Amino acid sequence: MRRYPEPKESRFGITRQQSQKIGFSFIRLISLITVLPILGIIVYIIVKGGSHISWEFLTSMPSDGMRAGGILPAIVGTFYLMAGTALFSIPLGIAAGIYLSEYAQDSYWTRFIRVAIISLGGVPSVVYGLFGLGLFVLFCNFGISILSASLTLSIMTLPVIISTTEEALRSVPYRFRVVGVSLGGTQWQTITRVILPQALPGILTGIILGLERAVGETAPILFTGATFYLPHLPSSPLDATMALPYHIYVISTQVPGMSSGVQYGTVLVLMVFVLGMNLIASLIRSRARAKRQW
Amino acid sequence: MKRSEKIITNSVKIAGSSSILFILLIFVFLVREGLPALSEVSLKDLFSGRWYPIEDLFGLLPLISGSLVVTFTSILIALPLGIGTAIYIGEIAPKNVKEILKPTVEIMAGIPSVVLGFIGIQALSPFLREFFNLPTGLTALSGSILLAMIAIPSIVSIAEDALYAVPNSYRDASYALGATQWQTIWGVVLPAARNGLLTAVMLGIGRSLGETMAVMMVTGNAATTFSGLKSVIMPVRTMTATIASEMGEVASGSVHYHVLFFIGIILFIFSLIINISSSTVQGKSKQERGQVIS
Repeated sequence: MRRYPEPKESRFGITRQQSQKIGFSFIRLISLITVLPILGIIVYIIVKGGSHISWEFLTSMPSDGMRAGGILPAIVGTFYLMAGTALFSIPLGIAAGIYLSEYAQDSYWTRFIRVAIISLGGVPSVVYGLFGLGLFVLFCNFGISILSASLTLSIMTLPVIISTTEEALRSVPYRFRVVGVSLGGTQWQTITRVILPQALPGILTGIILGLERAVGETAPILFTGATFYLPHLPSSPLDATMALPYHIYVISTQVPGMSSGVQYGTVLVLMVFVLGMNLIASLIRSRARAKRQW
Repeated sequence: MKRSEKIITNSVKIAGSSSILFILLIFVFLVREGLPALSEVSLKDLFSGRWYPIEDLFGLLPLISGSLVVTFTSILIALPLGIGTAIYIGEIAPKNVKEILKPTVEIMAGIPSVVLGFIGIQALSPFLREFFNLPTGLTALSGSILLAMIAIPSIVSIAEDALYAVPNSYRDASYALGATQWQTIWGVVLPAARNGLLTAVMLGIGRSLGETMAVMMVTGNAATTFSGLKSVIMPVRTMTATIASEMGEVASGSVHYHVLFFIGIILFIFSLIINISSSTVQGKSKQERGQVIS
């Protein structure tokens, strides 16, 4: 019979219970080191930027070479980019998610699609910028514009929307589909009237998280749509635009003698945008979980 | 099937394959604009040690080395913090602590990189300059710390999924043999989750390598080649930052322009390798686990 070594009750003169205590404290410390800087940064930005936020700051044009005045064009530009991105990425993303969840068989082509989605999700943001410059700005001749930037951001957002849509649809139990079809509905009717409504909260969460990422990105719009300074608001999709993230980059590295009030104020506005979307997404998610019937 | 339904079904199928189209388009446009670099600059010059575009010196080594130094250092920071936090959230934390920690990590994932770059300029670099007594705080280390903050959320969420996927029967078996919780985590759960953890690290590397704005704002952007440990606290310039900071100033179609796209090709291929191989590792771990259970 094989003999096993006696289990050691202690190592380095420490009992197992003591080593567990040390280990747990260590892990707790690590988690604290991870989380504290984030909370610190958020509090710091709120404290330093909060005093600069006023109605005037949000609704007036920049003045004195952007060192004073408001950030209206950057806020409006960010809204335009978000709307443009939503316009292209939501229909395409949901359709692709429906295809993968409801139609696709486990074929080589489907696997190829999945590899493509994973790859799209990993492409560095600045490479999206290069791609947008090559395809939309130069090849399609859209110029440096809201259109080019939105299209670039849409493709970047697509993998997030596709995979969350697919996941949300897959989580709807199979019997819902059986019932839909057995009542005489076609597959498409079953999808739109039975499955999609059930999966809607999950899909919405994905859309918001995808757009949140797009709103905060700078690198993809650097050479596709963002401009340093605009004396008026953009009037057509073919105009270049200011945007909050790019504006933060500009006023923190390119403009000498910036007042820190304007800097922190702008950062705070972007953070409210992003964290607000994050909050809405988690509210939708938790409400849907509470209401779920299956 | 009705005709309208057929049209809808077909368009959903086309949308499903759109990701393949986009990944191919990205590749085609990078190659179209970047490949001419190979005929304009000899390979020997391209992989020489000096990046100085004004004098037509396009040596990529300093940029590649810059990216690697910053990425490697950031993973050294992010790996223990990310995996440790995942262990805490997944295995140790009481429920109420968990409910605070998880959203905090999600918020961390949502902070735009340009905001982190701004905080890096305002708070982190001055601190590092004083701490190490350096001429400038804009160093590789500053970039690495910010990159770690960007990589940690994805590492935590994937690592947590990996821990969650380890069946509870493993833990029960370990407790039944008299092991403490700490011994179980260390000796049973972590080894069982190793493929998932590996995926987490690889995707963390991918995110760090492709990150642009935060790195560009705090690393000082001096194109120097790695020369020993001291390089970590000296200014560097990464591939992504080079593209982002120089693309705005080059004439389209010039040699410099083509070389910047060529750097984009390198980044694109890096990201493809990392993402595709990490997804195969993940798929493999699912298969292995399936075999153990059945």
